Amino acid sequence: MMFQVRIHGRGGQGCVTGAEMLSIAAFLEGKHAQAFPSFGSERTGAPVVAFCRISDREIRLREPIMQPDGLIIQDPTLLHQVDVFSGLRPDGFVLINSKKNFDDLGLSERFGGWHHAHLCTVPATEIAMEHIGRPLPNAILLAGFAAMSGAVSLDSVHAAIRDKFSGKVASGNISAASAAYDFVKKEKEDYDRAEAM
Amino acid sequence: MLKQCEGSHAVAATVALCRPEVICAYPISPQTHIVEGLSEMVRDGTLQNCEFINVESEFAAMSVAIGSSATGARSYTATASQGLLFMAEAVWNASGLGLPIVMTLANRAIGAPINIWNDHTDAMSMRDAGWLQLFAENNQEAADLHIQAFRLAEELSLPIMVCMDGFILTHAYEGVDIPTQAQVDAYLPPYEPRQVLDPREPVSIGAMVGPEAFTEVRYLAHAKQMQALKLIPQLAEEFQAQFGRDSGGLIRTYRTEDAETVVVALGSVLGTIKNTIDDLREEGRKIGVLGITSFRPFPTAAIGEAVRYCERVVVVEKSFAVGVGGIVSRDVRTAMREHPHPIYAVIAGLGGRAITKDSLRQLFLTVMDDKLEALTFLDLDWNAVNRELERERITRRSGPIAENLLRDLGVVAARVG
Repeated sequence: MMFQVRIHGRGGQGCVTGAEMLSIAAFLEGKHAQAFPSFGSERTGAPVVAFCRISDREIRLREPIMQPDGLIIQDPTLLHQVDVFSGLRPDGFVLINSKKNFDDLGLSERFGGWHHAHLCTVPATEIAMEHIGRPLPNAILLAGFAAMSGAVSLDSVHAAIRDKFSGKVASGNISAASAAYDFVKKEKEDYDRAEAM
Repeated sequence: MLKQCEGSHAVAATVALCRPEVICAYPISPQTHIVEGLSEMVRDGTLQNCEFINVESEFAAMSVAIGSSATGARSYTATASQGLLFMAEAVWNASGLGLPIVMTLANRAIGAPINIWNDHTDAMSMRDAGWLQLFAENNQEAADLHIQAFRLAEELSLPIMVCMDGFILTHAYEGVDIPTQAQVDAYLPPYEPRQVLDPREPVSIGAMVGPEAFTEVRYLAHAKQMQALKLIPQLAEEFQAQFGRDSGGLIRTYRTEDAETVVVALGSVLGTIKNTIDDLREEGRKIGVLGITSFRPFPTAAIGEAVRYCERVVVVEKSFAVGVGGIVSRDVRTAMREHPHPIYAVIAGLGGRAITKDSLRQLFLTVMDDKLEALTFLDLDWNAVNRELERERITRRSGPIAENLLRDLGVVAARVG
């Protein structure tokens, strides 16, 4: 089984680093993983895309991910600029960096029939400002995505952060990741409970 | 140790284990992370007894490599695209002088129009420059090929380009087993040069040679590359014994045993092709793929044997000779002289265009019905092409082609106003 994640962000938000950390987290759990950037012009603020494949078997495929199982949207303004949902598999996971939920973002209609617990938002920028002091949402969203999809564990996300960063940046990102993980876990459980009723 | 890391860093770490004594480089995308990684290792002392020389251009990079190699130092550099073109004269000198420099080529398109993304045009522009050219399928092989390349280059006294797809491999994170220093030391002995500039025993290197011996010098370069055809498989075997990995060699076949159709390709696209072939095999189609690891020397006999019993060959190549067609396919055709079958050249992935499984599947289904043109451009946008041709037919001052196409596609280009 291959699990494919596409991350949409803007140049400078750590989109590529996010995909790389996801691949490290999966690798630490004994999986095969492949992360790579989109090959477009990357400038600060311009829309960028990065990809991560996770599999139990060797990954040979080198095409961009056109039918993702999961999406991480680092900047909600991209929703109006880029077809971020292109090719998303039915009932796939979507995590958006926003204070609003899917209904308030006007996305409920697009995702009719989806499990609500697959459609989460997390105020990643606010969490980043609180824990890191800079609007860098990538590790936070990764932890939120881990809580939502179970693709990797929070421990592995922490380890991936430590692999990429050190010192205060690492510790800030780790505490932010834990906060985001708890936030999305609760959000998901609320949706699951509402659906079960 | 198996590590999840960027391809460029895997190569930098592996090159460092090969104990280079001089590294000279000029940064150019997508090669930059490799030499950045090496410069950090020299600075922080991880890589000892090595001088990292920041040069002012690619021409200087190769010139310094020539100088340092001629004094008996194990020399390494890396480049891509226009960087390779800028060092072109020195590239020929390095091989002509028989200096075993190892250079990573992070394959990238050549402009104009300027394009930083992957294809094989840079490598192909120097295919006849007398260097050996090895192509990596993935980052593990890219790392492994560098260890083999130093050994091979020094045994032959010829320079080697290790080609890895820019961005697709250089910037991809995947698991790579970085060997230990002891393993590499056991495989790669210290450099023992055939010729060396040493003030204690003065010689000159680089004499002018007239008609009396020029042909013979050139023939000897060819003879050495023919020796490499035997040496490359031997070194791959030794590599497997030492490192436990099947890496390198001349060619690699996958599901070709009873194949009626054999696909031929180089580099990272082989992975996507293998996945496509697995699907077609499940549907009972007899198709396989042959990957060329050693493009120079060209393994004519090995390829001829591997495609001997098939019915058709399709070469998927990431570059082409404008005005003729495929480059790799022409060499493959030579290898099929004794047993000719139809051969198709498919130009794909130019300037970073993604080569998708869907497009490959369609292509292979078409070729298996023998309905393909001898020369095909995968996923070519005929609308865009025809529109420009029509514009040129009706307007004398039709303007710059690249800008016209971008405007037609609605992509923001360099248009002012």
